[in-house]
Amino acid sequence: MSGADWELARESLWPIVSGAVTGTIPLALASFVGGMVIAVAVALMRLSRRRWVARLGAVYVSVIRGTPLLVQLFVVFYGLPSVGILIDPWPSAAIAFSLNVGGYAAEIVRAAILSVPQGQWEAGWVIGMSRRRTLSRIIVPQAARVSVPPLSNTFISLVKDTSLASLILVTELFRRAQEIAAFSQEFMLLYLEAALVYWVICLALAAGQSRLETRLERHVAR
Amino acid sequence: MSHAEPATAPTQGPAALLEVRGLTKSFGDTPVLRGVDLTVRRGEVLAIIGPSGSGKTTLLRCLNGLETPSGGTIAVVGGLAVDFAQRPSESVRGLLRDRSAMVFQHYNLFPHKTVLENVIEGPVIVQRRPRQEVVAEARSLLERVGLAEKADAYPSALSGGQQQRVGIVRALALRPQLLLFDEPTSSLDPELVGDVLGLMRDLAREGWTMVVVTHELPFAREVANEVVFVDQGVVAERGTPEQVLRHPQQERTRRFVDRLLHPM
Repeated sequence: MSGADWELARESLWPIVSGAVTGTIPLALASFVGGMVIAVAVALMRLSRRRWVARLGAVYVSVIRGTPLLVQLFVVFYGLPSVGILIDPWPSAAIAFSLNVGGYAAEIVRAAILSVPQGQWEAGWVIGMSRRRTLSRIIVPQAARVSVPPLSNTFISLVKDTSLASLILVTELFRRAQEIAAFSQEFMLLYLEAALVYWVICLALAAGQSRLETRLERHVAR
Repeated sequence: MSHAEPATAPTQGPAALLEVRGLTKSFGDTPVLRGVDLTVRRGEVLAIIGPSGSGKTTLLRCLNGLETPSGGTIAVVGGLAVDFAQRPSESVRGLLRDRSAMVFQHYNLFPHKTVLENVIEGPVIVQRRPRQEVVAEARSLLERVGLAEKADAYPSALSGGQQQRVGIVRALALRPQLLLFDEPTSSLDPELVGDVLGLMRDLAREGWTMVVVTHELPFAREVANEVVFVDQGVVAERGTPEQVLRHPQQERTRRFVDRLLHPM
């Protein structure tokens, strides 16, 4: 690499990182929180004893998993205005990503709840608890532990998927890199730099995941 | 939690706590219980024995609403009578359950809670009794079963025998009228069985009303007031331990008892 390349790499780093801090990371966090709310609701629907409720949850998961994220994003941002619903780029992206994460995480939450042995439900019943209370005090704390690794995966995927938001004009990490690349014509350099920043973010997340797992596993015999 | 006192004693023997009449239960098309009558008397120990698949565990689980019978009645002296001709609501099953507590074959302790938290969960969260009072009571119960120093340990750190004693303490802390035991020693290593059976013997002596599904015939002989032999979903024979275990009238009872007492 020439001196000029280094110079460009150095000068573009801050705009890219600030794109991560003000765009990518808040968007991923908001979408994950929204997605988890949807996921828990859909998982409970799928576990419902009312058949049509369970069916509705299954259809949601099927639609979300069966259509591309990019298409979902475009439906929200470019599609909804034609039926009179106009949403700004950032909230559009947050809504689309939440809906998407909700579909995938619902299956994780459902599997985690099912992984808790039936005997735990029975023990809750025997000490006088309702289903709802057994779920919240006995089942969910145990399911949470099981779901940390797969949910971490989902979150890490989400962080990278937010780069799609650049296509609906959200200013985030990747869009910053694109802008500088278009201006300087140094595509290889800028896109590798963007990749590097994504990687560093994901390394930090993976480290966070290990710490969380250790914390949650402390009482469990292996 | 209303625990109605049972009515005054009937004509003979101690007052009945629970009257089961014509209880049936099918799983799909498979009948598991085919008309069982049972009377649980206050302060007595009823042992249910029988081959695996006979329906004895299902019978026990019907007594606290873990299973919903397909037919028959369960009457609790002092009020509640449930006819299972119609499927009862969860709250009705809850009323049956609230008089009893159960000890499971596989303990079913809550792995994410300490021993003390396991014990106080029901009394504090469900029965809404004062936490301090419940903790004090729980500690003395744990002391009594020799697990005082394990109060803050998690179940995974305990042996099977210790976990089952916690399971029993968790049941006692609910202050039930009736203790149900579902093969409480069947998953224990042989050298740990004695501790648990010894504790159960003490509880029986203190006058707890107990229904025990068990394969431990010597225990049944020593502790039970009545032994019920269940086979193929019906009570095949019932009587005192002496009658059922020493002088069984039925061929199938004799064969079952012989096989358990002389396995080789």
